[in-house]
Amino acid sequence: MRRSPHAIAVDAGSSDPGPYYLGAGIPFTGRSAVKRDLELMLEAAVVHKIPLIIGSAGGSGGEPHLKRDVDLIMEIAREKQLHFKMAVIHAEADREMIRASLRQNKIQPLGPVPCLTEKDLDDAVRIVGQMGIEPIVGALEAGAQVIAAGRAYDPSVFAAPAIRLGFEPGPAIHLGKILECGAIASTPGSGSDCLLGRIGAGYFEVETLNPARVCTVTSVAAHTLYEKADPLFLPLPGGCLDLRRTKFEQAAENRVRVTGSVFIPAEKYTVKLEGVRRAGCRTVAIAGCRDPVMIREIDNVIETVRERTKDNFAGSGLEYSLNFIVYGKNGVMGPLEPVRAASPHELGIIIEATGDTQETADAICGFARSTMMHCSYPDRIATAGNLAFPFSPSEFRGGEIFYYNIYHLMETTDPFELFPMEIVDV
Amino acid sequence: MKTLKITDMASVIRSKNSGPYELTFDIIFKDRANFQLAGSSGIFTNKLFAGLYGIKTESVLNVVEFEQANAIKATIVRPVVSGSPGDSDVYGAQQHAPLLDIEVPVNMTAVGK
Repeated sequence: MRRSPHAIAVDAGSSDPGPYYLGAGIPFTGRSAVKRDLELMLEAAVVHKIPLIIGSAGGSGGEPHLKRDVDLIMEIAREKQLHFKMAVIHAEADREMIRASLRQNKIQPLGPVPCLTEKDLDDAVRIVGQMGIEPIVGALEAGAQVIAAGRAYDPSVFAAPAIRLGFEPGPAIHLGKILECGAIASTPGSGSDCLLGRIGAGYFEVETLNPARVCTVTSVAAHTLYEKADPLFLPLPGGCLDLRRTKFEQAAENRVRVTGSVFIPAEKYTVKLEGVRRAGCRTVAIAGCRDPVMIREIDNVIETVRERTKDNFAGSGLEYSLNFIVYGKNGVMGPLEPVRAASPHELGIIIEATGDTQETADAICGFARSTMMHCSYPDRIATAGNLAFPFSPSEFRGGEIFYYNIYHLMETTDPFELFPMEIVDV
Repeated sequence: MKTLKITDMASVIRSKNSGPYELTFDIIFKDRANFQLAGSSGIFTNKLFAGLYGIKTESVLNVVEFEQANAIKATIVRPVVSGSPGDSDVYGAQQHAPLLDIEVPVNMTAVGK
């Protein structure tokens, strides 16, 4: 804070941890860890009278996620006697508004994604829109000192204060793209440290605050490609960042200056939608295998277990799926694994059962586990049991599961339409 | 023609989700010279990545050079959507290993300048 920043911002979100968190309404970060970070940021922002901007609150940025973080902010404010004006920007999308857009053919898949159907909308348990920079600029205009935003385009929380002050959107958004993962854009990289960004006319600079790290041309340029399909054109709500003429220069030992990044507005404003459907419940069993014959025969054993399970539950009417992850063979890469003839001395095996209820998943997993433990296979010499279970119980309930079913772009004429804001005096 | 190991030319070789439906690979070379050697070898094509991962060429969405970072980047369609049945790497962070075996043919007159 000795460097007198004009804003503190944090991108709290990601779709990386997978569909569960959006579906279940559970943040992927722990309450006490987030409280500790929020306390530091909130107190610093209020004392120095600068905005604190939180994007994709609670991780997935849906209503329960946003509420967790808003509740934490209120709790800290009470405990520390802090007072401020807070904007809460919601991002959970109204299903009927999306349905109307779908019927007007205003929704397209984002990348290799099937076209959206009304059934997808009905199946989705939660849908969020990813807000652009405009709603956050709007909250700053409304005089909010603390902004808690639901699902937001990652760089927007950093770009908004700069754009509001009249800086060009190109450098402002690119700056946000570098800052969104904090010190991952420095070397040695870390996600648990922050960076300081500075913007001027036609350029921005990023630097490390921790003396153990430095921002280098390579670390900053490399972060520009991080998690993006095309490093030269980065699409975002309302346009695209064109980095073809971007230049990175070492401005000081720990500071990099970036010039030449340009924002190109899109003809039509689009908002990304993310949604998941509920897909039952999961139970897993974890086991190892050290028998060379069993290891050789593992594909046959898995086939036997599948068939026995199918036979056993044939008349039950239970809907389930059974999946085996075999570490030591292709557990990590599955269908992408190029090594086909590995001969490991041990295997790690995860038996995964899913079903419409937890009881179904338990029943399938238990049956498959016991069958795999005791089934016979060619040349078997170890007849006491085929698996080493590291734990008792050998099965674990994974709870509810969700799968992505919406990852689409929706046209809108109004960047604020999907993102209602409320102002709270804390 | 001589070949160089990619692990001798690059300082970063990694994979990660680019959203839940795509998997993206970054090869960041140690310096501009290695980047240029790799680029001029002509091997970094959709076909190379399709072959390494045993997928159709159409499933490789792009291969792009990013000169500012001395990097070559490729993106493929995820065989299984992140977190969907049969997925084994939700973040997509451990799908890079086949890239470590790439050998880059280099024209020796271009080396050591």
